[in-house]
Amino acid sequence: MSLVKLLLLFAIAALAVLPWIVGSYLVTVMIFIFFYAYLGQAWNIVGGYAGQLSAGHAAFVGIGGYASALLSMRLGLTPWVGMWIGGVLAAALGAVIGYLGFRFGLRGFYFVLLTVAFAEICRVVALNVDAVGGALGLYITFTGNPRQFQFQDNRVYYYVALVLMLAATLLVRAIEQRRFGAYLTAIRQDESACEALGVDTLRVKMVAMILSSFLTGVGGTFYAFYLFSLQPNAVFGIPLSVEIVIRPIVGGAGTVMGPVLGSFILSPLAEIARTYFAQGGWTGAHLIVYGLLLIAVVLFLPQGAYPALRRLVRRSA
Amino acid sequence: MDPTLVGQGLLSGFLFGGVYSLMAVGLTLIFGVMRVVNFAHGDMMVWGMYLAWLLSVRAGVDPYVGFVVCAGALFVLGLIIQRGLVERIVDAPHEMQILLMLGVALVLENAALVAFGPDPARVRSPLSQGTLWIGPLFVDVARLLTFGLAMILTAALWLFLTRTDLGRSMRAAADNPYGARVIGTDVRRVYAAAFGVGAACVGAAGALVSALLPFQPASGLGLSVTSFNIVIIGGMGSLPGAFVGGILVSVAESMGAVFLSPSMKELVSFGLLIAILLFRPAGLFGRAAA
Amino acid sequence: MSLLEVAGLQKRFGGLLAVGGLDLSMAEGEMLGLIGPNGAGKTTVFNLLSGFLLPDDGDIRFAGRRLVGLKPHEICRLGLARTFQIVRPFPQLSVRDNVKIAALARPPAMPDALEAARGVVERVGLGPRALELAGGLTLADRKRLELARALGTEPSLLLLDEVMAGLNATEIDAMVRLVGAINAGGISVLLIEHNMRAVMSLSHRIVVLSFGEKIASGTPREIAADRRVIEAYLGEEYVHPAQA
Repeated sequence: MSLVKLLLLFAIAALAVLPWIVGSYLVTVMIFIFFYAYLGQAWNIVGGYAGQLSAGHAAFVGIGGYASALLSMRLGLTPWVGMWIGGVLAAALGAVIGYLGFRFGLRGFYFVLLTVAFAEICRVVALNVDAVGGALGLYITFTGNPRQFQFQDNRVYYYVALVLMLAATLLVRAIEQRRFGAYLTAIRQDESACEALGVDTLRVKMVAMILSSFLTGVGGTFYAFYLFSLQPNAVFGIPLSVEIVIRPIVGGAGTVMGPVLGSFILSPLAEIARTYFAQGGWTGAHLIVYGLLLIAVVLFLPQGAYPALRRLVRRSA
Repeated sequence: MDPTLVGQGLLSGFLFGGVYSLMAVGLTLIFGVMRVVNFAHGDMMVWGMYLAWLLSVRAGVDPYVGFVVCAGALFVLGLIIQRGLVERIVDAPHEMQILLMLGVALVLENAALVAFGPDPARVRSPLSQGTLWIGPLFVDVARLLTFGLAMILTAALWLFLTRTDLGRSMRAAADNPYGARVIGTDVRRVYAAAFGVGAACVGAAGALVSALLPFQPASGLGLSVTSFNIVIIGGMGSLPGAFVGGILVSVAESMGAVFLSPSMKELVSFGLLIAILLFRPAGLFGRAAA
Repeated sequence: MSLLEVAGLQKRFGGLLAVGGLDLSMAEGEMLGLIGPNGAGKTTVFNLLSGFLLPDDGDIRFAGRRLVGLKPHEICRLGLARTFQIVRPFPQLSVRDNVKIAALARPPAMPDALEAARGVVERVGLGPRALELAGGLTLADRKRLELARALGTEPSLLLLDEVMAGLNATEIDAMVRLVGAINAGGISVLLIEHNMRAVMSLSHRIVVLSFGEKIASGTPREIAADRRVIEAYLGEEYVHPAQA
């Protein structure tokens, strides 16, 4: 077994026992690291590998979360089922956006704007339709009942989030090694050349978009039943989309470990910035850190931290 | 539907459109000359607003006078951003540009948050008190003045682009950057100027609007998105397109507020955007893509 | 049954007639040269054949199947592959991985595609460079890669668009040998080329386009002697080796 694989297994084992060693605060930080890594990995499929930059992925979190929350609150449907329904609904929106964007040949900036437009529409609708909570949003009563995807112990959420992150990462790794993944990477570099080589680029991009939005939608359920509230501005808004996008970008878009590495870099950084600046009464200062980091990555490490790390390791080997 | 209400909405929207136009013209200038999408556009405008607020509160300068300072300050900011950051990625893939400007937007927006706090601010101008009656419709003097000044600035920009050497160089670079270099244009200088002028436009627009509406750091995003809407509808890189688009979108939003509800008016501009993206991505005035 | 049948192919761009009423046919195993001055519509014909453009009028039949209206990837899967005049390698992939993408068009799994790709890379002479990134290749090697990719899709008809352009004399000779070998191996080739030595030596037949219209067709010898062709394109100085 190679050294890298050994290290990874050791890391996973360490993560598995971590909640029993550290305090609740750190467990919470880790939960967010895992969860945002999961969302980032889902985004990575269409945004990183396929190169279709989406700045509206929060819409899928919102739809997934709202769907399972409403199904639970109004119909008593357990979120363990609701999360798949939420995922499917999110995938449906993803299919619409993807079809409109890809079929009509929207690339780059135009596609980004399309995704933003749809996310904003969702946000405005959620804000104004009282039937889904309106401006107040949805509040989930805490029961601690596992059947309702609620857990008394923070550590259960920890493991759920960890499993989500690992599952998504394994999925992306599997994709990378298959034809689908090879096609995605090629499409990112030159779509027309792909078409001339027999690649049904529309179909491949659609599959990527649907898969990505489905997974993100499933994540929406975790969001809803971990935070116990869904606010239209928070769950559909661009700030969440930025949180989703920035981890793979900083860590390395289009790589397996990128979103994970990015999350392990960014979440602690955000926490530190938040606590440090909050003491001085500066809310939102951690976002300045995000912004500076984004700028730095684009200027100096455009492929992200992970590829740079890999080169470093190879050079010293 | 009360015709007066509709008429009021039309007039209101039309006048506000002047600011939208100025804002959009700045964005389309930057894109037209440099092919860079300024994701930080709305946040620059917010800084224009806050600078006007500072001038008003600390120096007692009316925004309708102070806008010149705001334009100047934003011009300098634009130059700094262009020279320090944008210039390095002019040849990079578009995704990188988008992410860079997104980073700048985050920094600007949250710097404003840290500096001024999250609560809405508003600038008081003695002129915002007066109202004029035009038949059954009323209009506040401030809004009229905003419109007038915005028009003057847009006209000044047009003159700059058509009558001055630098302006003409900008248009040449927008049409054909390689050709412009061949005939000896200092393209770097032109790029920097374009970004600066674009930022100045939006700084002035911010100042002019500061007396009309409350604003907060978070407004930046919405303004950016609105700017993109307008520029795409009008045609990326087309100045007449940005101008007409600004008025069009403002009126459409106003009508949306009248017929739907004030909080749903954004749906109108987004709906328009999606329609244009799908059916005529070149926009109303743009050249249809090859 | 001929491999490729084109009848009345027409394409306008606004007021400009890019291709007007073109009739063309190719037999299996043939190498057909398509020549003519710049702007004659040659690349447009390629775009029409490969599905990147939709003709205004006319019919294209490939091995009996109607091509008009099919998407480029569908046409590729039927066995018609093309190269681009301005080569488009996948810059961040290695030479072998570039060809692998093409090989994946024949639905083998990854390991089979990798094997097939290796084979094609060797065949075009890029073996030593198989693991280099395409973005760092010389022009001549990029042209080979472009050719290798098209080959990787296992076509029965290969459309080569100015595959010699930009190459020096040695490189052209090597490319001529390669294209000849490919054709000898059973793959039909439709060749757009400005290098007359190459076209005349490789082609079984030649079709000449000028301003979107076919002005002549025949064997290389016939074409070299054709008055209209000399006036429109070749010029008085060109002398076919057989006539010298």
